[in-house]
Amino acid sequence: MVNKSNIAIKVSGLKKSYGKNKVLTGIDFEVKQGTMLALLGPNGAGKTTAVRILSTLLKPDEGDISIAGYDVLTQADCVRRVIGLTGQSAAVDELLTGRENLVMMGRLYRLTKKSAKLRADELLKDFDLTDAADRPSKTYSGGMRRRLDLAVSLIAIPPIIFLDEPTTGLDPRSRLAMWDIIEKLMASGTTILLTTQYLEEADKLADQIIVIDGGKIIAEGTASQLKSKVGKDRLELTLKDSQAVASAKKILGKAIIGSDDEENTVSLTINDINKDVKNVLEALSKANITIVSMEVHKPTLDDVFLSLTGKQKNKKEEA
Amino acid sequence: MSVNLEFDTKPKAIQSINDSWIMIKRSSTHILRNTDQLLGAFFQPIMFLVLFAAVFGGAIKGSLPPGINYLDFLMAGIIVQTVAFGSTTTAVAICNDLQKGIVDRFRSLPMNNIAVLNGHVVSDLLRNTISTVVMLMTGLVIGFRSNATVIDWLFIAGILLLFTFAFSWLMAIMGVFSKSVEAVQWMTFIIIFPLTFASTAFVPSDSMPYYLQIFAENQPITQVINAVRALMLDTPIGNYGWLSVAWSLGILAVSVPIAAYLFKRKASN
Repeated sequence: MVNKSNIAIKVSGLKKSYGKNKVLTGIDFEVKQGTMLALLGPNGAGKTTAVRILSTLLKPDEGDISIAGYDVLTQADCVRRVIGLTGQSAAVDELLTGRENLVMMGRLYRLTKKSAKLRADELLKDFDLTDAADRPSKTYSGGMRRRLDLAVSLIAIPPIIFLDEPTTGLDPRSRLAMWDIIEKLMASGTTILLTTQYLEEADKLADQIIVIDGGKIIAEGTASQLKSKVGKDRLELTLKDSQAVASAKKILGKAIIGSDDEENTVSLTINDINKDVKNVLEALSKANITIVSMEVHKPTLDDVFLSLTGKQKNKKEEA
Repeated sequence: MSVNLEFDTKPKAIQSINDSWIMIKRSSTHILRNTDQLLGAFFQPIMFLVLFAAVFGGAIKGSLPPGINYLDFLMAGIIVQTVAFGSTTTAVAICNDLQKGIVDRFRSLPMNNIAVLNGHVVSDLLRNTISTVVMLMTGLVIGFRSNATVIDWLFIAGILLLFTFAFSWLMAIMGVFSKSVEAVQWMTFIIIFPLTFASTAFVPSDSMPYYLQIFAENQPITQVINAVRALMLDTPIGNYGWLSVAWSLGILAVSVPIAAYLFKRKASN
């Protein structure tokens, strides 16, 4: 029970394979209480396997895992009292209504009948499901069902939540609603482990990101740490014609990292957005070169992800 | 998060029973909400009873003991056949749960997981009772008459409930074992069809070929049918009463641990 270092989730040396197929090949990480860690990776990277092991559904081959100080193997029942699981691998009962689902799961979490009912009412309201509360959940839309699914895992207010791809397959509006709910959850001090294949999601929500691919961690850090690994900000200028491009190249010299003669664009890396952009503009205006448009590109987590996993972007978007 | 949560602090054993009770309520709600299945449980027995009585009645009459009418003979057989087939719903429901991922949800909760199986098996008793009552009512309408006393009927109910319970547990193994609902359907069919047809459900066994007769007379379903039939017609029950109970208990003793073990193993893969 004593949680010395306020580490909510501690994983070391986690390995899992199915026969010859090595799904996880030695993973270590920690999640501090009240923070969110995102496990980011393409399909088949081992994210769901990791979540299933952490939530006691699956036994690891090797490794020590403790959740709120409890060992997942020897104290599984204690672990189950402090976690909530939702997303890909969890589900709701389709023939029961939203309210019945919530109360049933609350009772199975060992809540008293009265508490389960009150808490169900509260969650239905918070998750905007009050109108649909007494309809069988099979009549719900995808977004509603996902909200109910998350609500169910929050019925006993567990301090640690596993969100396994909570927004996969949702339309943009439902995704935003889900993000909103997750942010509120974070604000309430819940420790969250999120898996996702959307970089935007990890970028927006998580304190700490781990990129996994092929069953191992290939990068970790905050979103900005990861981005700085890929490169600096980039300034892209569109000029009047190819002649202007040629003279710009001459003036700016080796700051230029690329140019396109057909589109009449040049790009440069910049270290300091205030100084460097000003200097470039001044140099060009001195030489009477007209700028048609300009843009500053910040490296995105997409760049990070692609440069780390080496996967094609279109492959990722299929999912 | 304004609600102050109170947790149950009852002993573990009581909470375990409570889990089963919650799961029984869940599965029973499924039965009552799944109108297609409920209509099946209602009309299929009527159809079977009326058709069998009308189609086979004339042909089989001659091989029945004197003074016994085919509908009266058939009643016990067709009830046992219906509950045997009815128990496959347990298998389908368990297979469905495993596929839809709700079992993962249950397993991530501090509950007794075997309650999931208990829920389906016990609620199956409910559906089978509905079917049996419908069949008896239909039988009475088309001319079935019984010499059984109230106490005989209580014995009949007891034997049938125990048999259904045991058979549902046997089918639970199939539900855990199968990879799809389609597989459940054919696997349970090849077990139940021979057991119900190579029995005394529809015809007396003495008209069967010798080897089939040996099988028919010694397999569990025949014991249950003969016991129920003897009680309904008020003929000597012989060994059938205790044999049917012994078979049901034997099936239970084997099926419950196997189903529970397989369920635990399958669910953690």
